[in-house]
Amino acid sequence: MATIRIDNVKKRFGQTEVIHGVDIDINDGEFIVIVGPSGCGKSTLLRMVAGLETVTSGEVQIHGKRVNELEPMDRNIAMVFQNYALYPHMSVFDNMAYGLKIAGTAKAEIAERVDKAAQMLQLGDYLDRKPRQLSGGQRQRVAMGRAIVRKPAVFLFDEPLSNLDAKLRVQMRLEIKALQRDLGITSLYVTHDQVEAMTLADRMVVMNAGVAEQIGAPMDVYQDPRTMFVGGFIGSPPMNFLQLRQASDDSMRLPPQIADRIEKAEGPVTVGVRPEHLSLDANGEARFSGRLRYVEPLGAETLVHLVTEGGEQITVRQDGIAQLPEAGSQCVMSSAAEHICLFGKDGARID
Amino acid sequence: MARLPESGMVEKRGAGLWLTHLGLIAGVLVIVFPIWLAFVASTVSQPEIVRPPMPLWPGDQFFENYSKALVSGINAPVARMLFNSAVMAFGIAIGKIVISILSAFAIVYFRFPGRNLFFWLIFLTLMLPVEVRIVPTYEVAANFGMLNSYSGLIFPLIASATATFLFRQFFMTVPDELAEAARVDGARPMRFFWDILLPMSRTNIAALFVILFIYGWNQYLWPLLITTDPSMNTIVMGIKQMFPSGDDIADWPVIMATSILAMLPPVVVVISMQKLFIRGLVDSEK
Repeated sequence: MATIRIDNVKKRFGQTEVIHGVDIDINDGEFIVIVGPSGCGKSTLLRMVAGLETVTSGEVQIHGKRVNELEPMDRNIAMVFQNYALYPHMSVFDNMAYGLKIAGTAKAEIAERVDKAAQMLQLGDYLDRKPRQLSGGQRQRVAMGRAIVRKPAVFLFDEPLSNLDAKLRVQMRLEIKALQRDLGITSLYVTHDQVEAMTLADRMVVMNAGVAEQIGAPMDVYQDPRTMFVGGFIGSPPMNFLQLRQASDDSMRLPPQIADRIEKAEGPVTVGVRPEHLSLDANGEARFSGRLRYVEPLGAETLVHLVTEGGEQITVRQDGIAQLPEAGSQCVMSSAAEHICLFGKDGARID
Repeated sequence: MARLPESGMVEKRGAGLWLTHLGLIAGVLVIVFPIWLAFVASTVSQPEIVRPPMPLWPGDQFFENYSKALVSGINAPVARMLFNSAVMAFGIAIGKIVISILSAFAIVYFRFPGRNLFFWLIFLTLMLPVEVRIVPTYEVAANFGMLNSYSGLIFPLIASATATFLFRQFFMTVPDELAEAARVDGARPMRFFWDILLPMSRTNIAALFVILFIYGWNQYLWPLLITTDPSMNTIVMGIKQMFPSGDDIADWPVIMATSILAMLPPVVVVISMQKLFIRGLVDSEK
């Protein structure tokens, strides 16, 4: 059980700064997911918490204690790696017991703890096997087991599910969430998959180019993206963005309260609206028009792709059974005014 | 790593199968024939060898010749020379493996000033065979008083750029996460080396051991220089020492028996390590 505090942490590799000062406060028992595209520095941040990378400046605290200079083994953490990193020559039992063995735990206690973890992870029948005799999902469980038996203060996950197939990923995702809830161990989880982030996180950190763009509960981040990047990264299909040339041109008609905000802003403004908030009618206050290009029926829902006169793409999410116009026809879309987000020229939200 | 197939990759039938076997058998006969002749010569008496035609089937002097070779030999008992060779070959093989695996570990897993410089220095010595540096090496060994000693036979040959290079290449294929997982698990570097890296390298160690043992066993020039006392001679150079100088008569049966005896240990090592080597191959995974 522990809190983690990441205080203005920066990381430089040689001359290049890859993390430009990140602050995160993690409460005891909280499940935090760091999400972002590849190369955004999320894994580096995790590895700094783990002690596998040095911290260039700033401070990492675990349970109120500065750990910048501590070795990983002295930080009371356990880590699950993307490729599992199981010791190939050791049995499942030995893999899970290795950390305890080094710590000098009594044999009887090691056996007890490993058995308990194996039971929890349904690995009881596999304890004598070598990692190569296990499936991907089982290896993943062993990696989890290795973390659990040590009863760490903090769990660190580095994209633990990316090597699994889609179905297994969904299953393991639920298992990880349930396990973390049962154990109540503070967890930091890195992923590039926004679905994982949405489903697992108590709070998520959206990172982009070495900066934590937004920190918050998944639904808050989804509904209230603070930057254009967050709007575009979280949600599938992503938020639609339309460059605004004038407050109202032919392809876009915005209600007066929004037009006022646009006028007050400096520089060009981008309008953002989520696909599910648009409908192919003129009932909402904010209206857009475009030519229908193609339709993707997904069963429960249908994605309608349109293009505006200015050449910008718009996606509208419709019910699966809705009647749709022909491809190539001009359509009107609209959305309620409260669903419209405005972003300034630096990508930050305009309220 | 690939598993060895139980049988051939594609099952062959008919004439092709017989032809390949015939070719292989012919090849084996050609290679084995001189060894067979040596064996035959080691089982007959001296007059039988010198009188043409050469005998092609073993005679009845087997025990006489071999016991004479083992116990008394010509300059020194062969048993003694076999022992010397074994000490030298094991010393070189084990020493080389220990030193090179440790230096490869240092070069791959630690960041220290001059890391690359050291690696390239080691790598450069690859290009210098024993013969090139034999005079200065002799000088050094002699000044250390290592003439006619096991340390003189072993230590000057113990550094191995090849083995270091091989272990380095192997360590670089071990995923970094393994080292990191061990760090998180609390393993200090040497613990990681013992518990994880060493067991994972056992295939490479077995393969290298075979190669290095034979390298050590077959050393000729260096033992010839460093040992003058017949009781410190190794078997490979000892055979040459058995050849008579001047008008003496060569005791060919004993020399041949010695040759056969000199051949046996490498064969035993290859065959016994081959099993381990293949099992290592099948068991190993990354």
